[in-house]
Amino acid sequence: MKEFCGSRGYVASDDLLRSVNIAIALQKPLLIRGEPGTGKTMLAEAVAETLGMELIVWNIKSTTKAQDGLYVYDTVQRLYDSQFGNESVDQIAKYIKFGKLGTAFKKEKQVVLLIDEIDKADLEFPNDLLWELDKMEFYIPETEETVKAKVRPVVIITSNAEKELPDAFLRRCIFHYINFPDQEMMENIVRVHFEDLDHNLLRQALKTFYSIRDLRGLQKRPSTSELIDWIQALQIGGIAPQRIAEEMPFVGVLLKKDEDFAVLSRGENAKRVG
Amino acid sequence: MSLQEWFTLLEGLQLELHESSLTGFYHLARATLVKTEADFDKFDLAFVEFFKGIKAYDELPEEFLEWLSTPIDGSYFDQEAFAGDAKLDMEELRRKFEERLKEQNERHDGGNYWVGTGGTSPFGNSGYHPGGIRVGGAGISQSALKIAGERNYRDFREDNVLEDRQFQMAFRSLRQFSSNEDGPIDELKLDETIDKTCKNAGKLKLVFGRPRRNAVKLLVLFDSGGSMWRYAKLCSSLFQAASKSNHFKDLKTYYFHNCFYNRLYTTPYCTDVESVETDWVLQNLKSDYRVIVVGDASMDPYELLKPGGCLYYYHYNDDNRYNKEPGIEWVRRFSKRYKKMIWINPVDPSKWESGHGSTTIKKIKEEVPMYHLSVDGLQAGLKSLIAAR
Repeated sequence: MKEFCGSRGYVASDDLLRSVNIAIALQKPLLIRGEPGTGKTMLAEAVAETLGMELIVWNIKSTTKAQDGLYVYDTVQRLYDSQFGNESVDQIAKYIKFGKLGTAFKKEKQVVLLIDEIDKADLEFPNDLLWELDKMEFYIPETEETVKAKVRPVVIITSNAEKELPDAFLRRCIFHYINFPDQEMMENIVRVHFEDLDHNLLRQALKTFYSIRDLRGLQKRPSTSELIDWIQALQIGGIAPQRIAEEMPFVGVLLKKDEDFAVLSRGENAKRVG
Repeated sequence: MSLQEWFTLLEGLQLELHESSLTGFYHLARATLVKTEADFDKFDLAFVEFFKGIKAYDELPEEFLEWLSTPIDGSYFDQEAFAGDAKLDMEELRRKFEERLKEQNERHDGGNYWVGTGGTSPFGNSGYHPGGIRVGGAGISQSALKIAGERNYRDFREDNVLEDRQFQMAFRSLRQFSSNEDGPIDELKLDETIDKTCKNAGKLKLVFGRPRRNAVKLLVLFDSGGSMWRYAKLCSSLFQAASKSNHFKDLKTYYFHNCFYNRLYTTPYCTDVESVETDWVLQNLKSDYRVIVVGDASMDPYELLKPGGCLYYYHYNDDNRYNKEPGIEWVRRFSKRYKKMIWINPVDPSKWESGHGSTTIKKIKEEVPMYHLSVDGLQAGLKSLIAAR
């Protein structure tokens, strides 16, 4: 059996690797939770790349319903065709459009299915998918057809913990919580994104970044993606490493709220006084 | 934990996903059995407790099953250390624990044995360390017990005192109750309408439903000043979280000092200029408001039970401000008008029965259900606010 062991573009912790491999071996959905910007979504891409499988992404929005992922019966098109179309509308199957989950089931080869930000959807949403994820099949009453997965896809589900997920759903998942990377780990992550980065610059930037993250009272703490943008800005701007901690150039890349700027400057003043 | 999850774990063991190592087992068990980071810490504690004092065989699957059937030796955890003043003791506990771990590394780097430093210490037993730190070995081979022992997930414990983020999470839990059970059936459901119309052979058939929105209206009353200062940071976090939760239909915030009397204040500074009459609030905010009172409820009994109790603090001889009814009467008025009312208290529950302010805490507790200002407490409180009317 193939094992996931990280990829070129993605640095995974030891814990995470284990969880991924456990989920693959047990053929259960892997539920990933963690702070925004800890690379939950990118994990699925990395898994797909490493295992050489196709990735199917199902982005969940607040209006998404479980049915959307299975199939949609395009009645309007059929109605339209029945009045204005030239062909007969007897073939209902023609108007069945498969959703992401349905598409994943239909594939001949094993795929990675990412259900992204499942907590965005309605509370009942995960419950509506229990059977489908358990048995990897669903029934279309309109055509009296049962769609069954030929190979069970590797299912990865991400959640920002905006809502509690139902117990029945959790019972069926393998759970992993991604911690915010520590400085050492972060160094590796940043290095993956930048090929030639001045060591000193990186050190200083990380130091400043973590000191900002540790400020109390921030409304939105900067995350990995913001750090990467920031380092890019620093690099392009040709900022000297020793200036980073003092001047905090382009800090607007890290902090997005007026209140947070105030917190930052207050923290700075406190440091100077102290 | 359910039977289903247990089977999943056993299945995983059968597939040898634990790689015959304790670390592997730790990860496998956690991933299959624990479904929220809030419980990771409890899992870590249980894990350490269960596996303490075991010889550190690196790879030995048979031993594994034996371990599983070994009864827990419950003589070890020092409950008192945890039951005591949560924050400080935890810190100290952790510090001592880490010290002890360090010590053990040094002493037993070469050896393969558990360190048993004797029964009395709550920490000594838990320093599992398979073969010391693997020199030049592949990967990060932290031992499971060490990971568990570090208790990295302690911050996620829900009964810990809250942080900003956790507050927000707690308020978000109100969102899960946003229902479409009440409200008029007046929203045209477009998709269903089209569906039904089509199934109806093109004859128009309208489908209506209830709009989904959070109908929760919230009135928050903060105790400000005096004995509450030490909780100022905590309360401001709570306030931030509440005001950021924009999913309430309406959110009203007022402040009071110690207990509410004739007037409520619109700013934390409790000045007369910025105040409203409590009666006005009672009259104008309908009884379907949910009320959350945040305060330590600790005051002199006189301030709560006697007319004129509020003057104690202001030294004014002013008819307008003299409260003819004692504070407790106002509390009763609120709890009578608002059936859904809770009191959130930052004071540790262990001090509610005895200690500073317990007299008034007990009095108020008789009128309003009281919860501790922690994630668990807040959640329990919010749940009771939403529960069936």
